[in-house]
Order: sequence, then C-alpha cells, then structure tokens
Amino acid sequence: MLQPLTDADARARLAEFPDAVVGAAGNPITVSVPPAKWAEFAAFAKDVLGCRFFSFMSAVDWKEEGLEVIAWVDNSEGGFSLLMKTRLGAGVSGCPSLVPVYRGANWMERECFDMFGIQFEGHPDLRRMLLPEDWVGHPLLKSYAVDTPYPPYR
Amino acid sequence: MSPETSPTIVKTLDYTGSERLTMNMGPQHPSAHGVFRAILTLEGEKVVAVDAVIGYLHRCHEKLSETLTYAQYPSIASKTDYVAAMTSELAYVSAAERLAKIDVPKRAQYLRVLVAELQRVASHCLWLGTWCMDMGGALGGGATVFLYCIRERELVLDLFESLTGARLLYGFHQVGGVRYDMPEGWAGECRKTVDLIEQRLLEYEGLLESNAFFQMRTRGVGVISRELAEDVGIGGPLLRASGVAFDLRRAQPYSSYEDFDFKVPVETAGDCYARYQVRMVEFRESIKIVRQVLDGLPEGPISSRPGLKSVAQVRVPKGEMYTRVEGPRGEVGCYLIGDGGAKPYRMKWRGASFSNLAVLPYIIPGHQVADVVAIMGSVDPVFGEVDR
Repeated sequence: MLQPLTDADARARLAEFPDAVVGAAGNPITVSVPPAKWAEFAAFAKDVLGCRFFSFMSAVDWKEEGLEVIAWVDNSEGGFSLLMKTRLGAGVSGCPSLVPVYRGANWMERECFDMFGIQFEGHPDLRRMLLPEDWVGHPLLKSYAVDTPYPPYR
Repeated sequence: MSPETSPTIVKTLDYTGSERLTMNMGPQHPSAHGVFRAILTLEGEKVVAVDAVIGYLHRCHEKLSETLTYAQYPSIASKTDYVAAMTSELAYVSAAERLAKIDVPKRAQYLRVLVAELQRVASHCLWLGTWCMDMGGALGGGATVFLYCIRERELVLDLFESLTGARLLYGFHQVGGVRYDMPEGWAGECRKTVDLIEQRLLEYEGLLESNAFFQMRTRGVGVISRELAEDVGIGGPLLRASGVAFDLRRAQPYSSYEDFDFKVPVETAGDCYARYQVRMVEFRESIKIVRQVLDGLPEGPISSRPGLKSVAQVRVPKGEMYTRVEGPRGEVGCYLIGDGGAKPYRMKWRGASFSNLAVLPYIIPGHQVADVVAIMGSVDPVFGEVDR
C-alpha cells in the first residue's frame, strides 16, 4: 500500500496546480482557486492529494465583493484537511458543480442554491433543499432581512 | 362493467408486477424519527428510487446566529441536535474559543468530555430503542427493547438534570468553560449509573444477537461501501462500520481527549449489523472514558472568563475557524467567520445527520420497503440537525 501523503507532501504537490493560491501554514491547508478551475481543483484534491472524505460545502456572502463558495475535504489517513475556496465575483451566481467529483456535494449544493441562489452548473437535480419550493428569495444573502415575511403572509 | 367494455379493468387484470408505483412515506411516519418524507418509486415490493424531502424542521439557525451574540447562541445550538445537545453546544463554543484564542481550564475540558460521553450513551440508548421498535414485533414483542433503552436513557437524563437543571437542552457550555460544576455526590451517582448501564448492555445483546429475525433484518442490509462513505462524507458509527478508522476524538483531539485511553471500533461489512456492532462497542468505550474522567478530574476553575454582565461581552476577532467534534452521529462542525464584533459574520452548521441522510438515495434502491425502515433506523438521523 502507498504511504499516505502528509501535510508537507500535500503542500509540495500543490505546486502542480498553477492556479491554486495556497494560504498560511497550519491545518487546514487553505487554497483559493478561480471559479473556472473549481471542479478541476476538486478532482485534483481527491485524486492527487488523497482528500477523499467530503466534509461540507457552503458559501459566504461578502456583500459588494460577491459570493464565495467553500468546501472542506479531508485526507483521513494523512491527517490533514483542505479548505477550498473560490470567489465568484460581484453579481455572479454561477459556479461549476462538484457532484461529478464528490457525491456528498449533491445535497450541499442544493442547500447553497436554496440559501444563496448559487446556480451550480452541471448539478443533476438543482432544487431547493430545506425551504419549500414556492419560497421567494435566498435567506442567507446579507440583503435578505431576518424578519422578511414569507408568502402567503407578505 | 365487464372487462370487454372497460379497458381499465382489463389493464388491472393484466398486472404483471413490473409497473412502477410511487409511494409516499412520511412526513409523519413512525420510522422517520422526526419529520422526513421519502418518495419511493416501487416495482412491486422493491424500491427503485428514493427522493428524500427534508426541511420540515428548518428554523434557519445559520441566519439566526448572525443576529445572536456568542454568549446567546450556545443555548440555541443545543436545539440543532436535541438528542445530543451537549455535543452541539461544544461545537459552537469551541469554534468561538479557538477563533478568539480563549483558553479553557483543564477541569472544564474534562467536564466537557464527561458530559459528551454521557450524552453519547444516552443518544445510543435512544437509537437502539427506536431502531428496534421500528423493526417491530420480530424482535420479541415490539416495544420491549425500546422501553428498556428509554429506562436507561432516563438515568443519564436524571444525571444531567441534577447537573444543569435541564433534561434535554442544557445550556451547559459557555465560551471559556462550562456553566455548572458537579454537585455534591454527583460523581458517585454517575459511577453507579454507568455501572448499571454497562450490565444492561449485556441484556440487550442477549436479546438481540441470538434473535434470528434481528440477524436477517440487519445483516447484508443497507451496505455502504468505503468509497461511497467517504465520498458522501457520512460520519461517526456509519463511517467506521464501513471500514474507515476516522474518529475526530483520535484524529484531531479536542478538549483533552488525548488524555484518555479508548478504542475506536471499526467494522468492514458496512451493513446495518456492522453499524449496530460499532455502536455497541462505543457504548462501552464511552463508559470507560466517563470513569477515567471521574478518576482524573483536576481541581480548579470551570471557566476562564468572568461571569457575564452583558450578552455582548464576548468579542471575537476577524478571521475564520472550522471546529468539529465527534458527536454520537458523527462529525458535528461549526464554521465561524468573525468580524471583530460580538456576533458572527457567518456561521455554517455542519450537521452529522444531514450528511448521513444524504447517503440514503444511494443505498436504498434494490431493497424492499420493510428494509427502508431498518436502514433509516441504522442511520440514526435527528431531524433537528438535518434541517437546522
């Protein structure tokens, strides 16, 4: 059996992915990639870095700076974690889907679509996850007030 | 009307069993353990597709947390996973502590481990009881195991009640430590309780493992392969029953778990029975940790922070932090972004049950309807945590 990658090995291998911007030392390894390389980088993380455990995926609304999609994956044998980030840019809501790489992204992306309105391109079944289908708006956007009344009580 | 004049009747009579039927299971189904709707597509008695509908218990915890301070939210955090409230509180407060670099006194860390392990015992009791009740009469009279398990869970809840004043949602953790110390005589009661539960575990095993129906309904049912388990990101006993030795208490120790000696059970079969085996070992390992905490509990303060005078007293600097703890159902995580104020900029709650449930559409097809109930129970979902 191959020796599992360590944190230091993984950081060295990251040089093979030219678009990746690697963050400061320590666990997790934080990596930012452009949205166009998002799915490609996830496949790299899974196949080359051995991060097979898909922990979670979410998004952050940075107001004027736009949305950021994040995903956390683990190499459970090597004992390190990888936090992947991609900034979609102001006013952009499209992002490549990770479902072809990690099946766990299926429900997580549906939740992100539900809460942030992010359109994951290539997702097999992008529907709302937690809120009813007739819900209006995406609650975790900073522009959505906490006390927004919901239909039919508008 | 005769078959000659009604095409409908003829069609019914020609039924070959290959037609597809869509059946709605839930949201109010006894085996749902909450509010869960599964839209099953059936061929005869065989399930060919599952569409899971969740969100009935959604309270938008993540949005709510942006409006509550670090001092206020921990008591709400317990309402995500209400069967294991202690671990949910721990996930949130440790994220805030690590981001704000607040130390936790050793005694508080040990008390956190103590309640987390007692909570695991209580939660596994509820899982075993409800699961066996779902599988019903085949296990020797329906509710027998359920009532036994609830009896034992009550003992743990009694302990929590005398510790915190609450039976289900505790508010025990706070940023910087814990809120209550053990009352007089509590440690002795705790030892007696875990001794009793340890004995009773033998009774459950005797009741279940020699039961041919139990074996038939769980062995080889709902197999999750190692590859699928990691890909979907299921956690806890499910992950370890599929051959992945990943336990956060061991892999990334938090709250002084490195001080304790315990085994991480791993099975490779990945079926309902393997999940049962893993959890039965976890029961005993948790009891072992409880005893070690009681033996080695250091003296000292239980919180590193002064008593709260204002709800906005805890301030967290700019930055991000993901902390996770090993709950009874797997990885309970809290991704926190602080902006320098008393409230988080963003909080993402990673519920163990959400990821565990996401595996169902991959494992249920091919099974019979009755197996859906057994598989659901073995996954042990808590819908407060799925829907958040």
